Amino acid sequence: MTGQDWKTNRRVFAAVSLPTLFWIILFFLLPMAIVWLYSFGENRGLTDIEISGTLDNYKRATEWLYLTIFGKSFAVAALVTLICLIVGFPVAMAITFANEKWRPWLLLGIMLPFWTNLLIRTYALMMLLGTQGFANKGLGALWEGTSWLKVLAGLQPLPTWEPVPLLFNNFAVVFGLVYVHLPFMVLPLYAALDRLDRSLIEASLDLGAGHFRTIMRIVVPLAAPGIVAGVMITLIPALGAYLTPDLMGGTDSQMIANVIERQFKKANDWPFGAALSFLLIYAMFILIALQSMRRKVPEAH
Amino acid sequence: MADPARPIIQIRNVSKRFGRVTAVDDVSLDINAGEFFVLLGPSGCGKTTLLRMIAGFELPSEGQILIDGQDMAGIPPNRRPVNMVFQSYAVFPHMRVADNVAYGLKIAGVKGGEARDRVAEALDLVKLGGFESRMPDQMSGGQRQRVALARSLVMRPKVLLLDEPLSALDAKLRAQMQFELSELQEKVGITFVTVTHDQDEALSMACRIAVINKGDVAQLATPSDLYEYPANRFVADFVGSVNIFEGKLSLDEPDRAAIDCTGLGKVYLNHGVTGPHGANVWVALRPEKIYLHVPGVGKAVKAAGEDAPEGHNFARGTIKGMRYLGDITLFDIELETGARIRVSRPNLSRRDQEDFTWGDKVSMHWRADSPVVLLG
Repeated sequence: MTGQDWKTNRRVFAAVSLPTLFWIILFFLLPMAIVWLYSFGENRGLTDIEISGTLDNYKRATEWLYLTIFGKSFAVAALVTLICLIVGFPVAMAITFANEKWRPWLLLGIMLPFWTNLLIRTYALMMLLGTQGFANKGLGALWEGTSWLKVLAGLQPLPTWEPVPLLFNNFAVVFGLVYVHLPFMVLPLYAALDRLDRSLIEASLDLGAGHFRTIMRIVVPLAAPGIVAGVMITLIPALGAYLTPDLMGGTDSQMIANVIERQFKKANDWPFGAALSFLLIYAMFILIALQSMRRKVPEAH
Repeated sequence: MADPARPIIQIRNVSKRFGRVTAVDDVSLDINAGEFFVLLGPSGCGKTTLLRMIAGFELPSEGQILIDGQDMAGIPPNRRPVNMVFQSYAVFPHMRVADNVAYGLKIAGVKGGEARDRVAEALDLVKLGGFESRMPDQMSGGQRQRVALARSLVMRPKVLLLDEPLSALDAKLRAQMQFELSELQEKVGITFVTVTHDQDEALSMACRIAVINKGDVAQLATPSDLYEYPANRFVADFVGSVNIFEGKLSLDEPDRAAIDCTGLGKVYLNHGVTGPHGANVWVALRPEKIYLHVPGVGKAVKAAGEDAPEGHNFARGTIKGMRYLGDITLFDIELETGARIRVSRPNLSRRDQEDFTWGDKVSMHWRADSPVVLLG
């Protein structure tokens, strides 16, 4: 692959990369720059914003109230990522070691939810979790059945069924976010596990290790790059989650994105919203910097 | 060394099918304790499948495998008294050499000083003393293979299985490792079972070789028996280089036989064949068993003016091709019948390769006990 780098073939390289570059500058970097400037501005009237270079917005954004929301968003995102990892790892392993005939279909199954709009998927989840939802109805039927069996056996019936509050609380937010982000975790894990030399696993078994020890001592350490990728790719969008806490959360489950949205819409305080947005972006930068600083895990040869 | 009375591995009527493909077809063989056993065959012949069934990574579709008298059915790889050196070596890339070697010991519950001693001993055995704290990616392919060997040997298995152990090494290193593996096997006294497609490797290392063809044992013999007395055309052709001529058995007595070969003419043997008279047989003749010389210069000129020693077979031809390989020169000779025959000639002196050249008329002769008659 010689002679195809940008130095020897500038024009070809430009023809390929300029449209993308143009797109990124016009629709991503430029709007970001505007929002960044707003974060140093002050409201002057209903629509006027003066970029005065003030740091007041950042001062307000680091007040205790907002810091707790930041902290909570981090906690929720971290919990979601952890659950995704615990649930996703066995799923990724199952796909990796599945029959070759089945593997594409299993991968398709993981990606299938992406074919439906997030909003529709969220409403579908709400149908499942609501007081009159399928989950509660199913549980209720089980409860009634048990009660009926007890009566049949001559015992006291159970008290009347009270639906379990599954929706509009923190549980619903975590559940919804896990549901949405699981594929983001499974796919990089699958990519890492698929690259793993099978004979390493066989060698571990051959040397007397059981399956659990082989997974913990061989598979997990060697899948570390995939785990880090999966964690980052899950944690970052989960941190900025807006729709799920908005629709499925209760009054106490708002995350930082919901607060930002309120500043831009209801509160009409764009400079403050911009400052909150950039605090979130800085936090993500730090996360990515930490990731790139971690010790490199040697790849299998 | 090898104790013929005690088979350590008994393979009994083992078959393995993957879907409709039969990889191993009703194989039965015994591997003796302490011997260096080689499974030799072309790629896809089922030899690796057989090895993996001994290790427990594949389960036989039919048949039984016994290791040290114990039936291995239902026993997973981690509880079998065998260890394997993988073709890719499978050295754990995230562990230091010492941790790689200690991996199995730790699981077996060997701790502290004893574990350290055994790791050091195993590394010394494969000449890797002092490499304890290296990471595998700082080592060459040959060194990684030694790590894999040490990691298996440290477990003191009853049988060590090696899957194409030398295939990833360059030619020089491979030749050296052939010696070292044989030496190592003698030193530790563990039964080695090696899979290879390389006949040189098999001949130079093995006590006994099983040649596998299409999932079945084509011949099981010592290296020299395999080479000098191949049982069929597949073995004759796969092990070493050979000229094969089809012919009919025209004379078959206890002390002599003759075969009419298309292409080679009448071939005389000084022993009987005990085949059905007039049957189709094949004559296999190794290139190095044929003497080559300029017509009329042979030292004994007998048998109606033919320039061959008495009792030798005789043929004439023209040199059509030559390949100088340094130690030997290979000749491609067209016989008077138009058939081709390969002859190899050692370059015993420095100018031997100049004796012949393209287009030369040559005489050939070979002993009456050199050709092998194959019935199948």
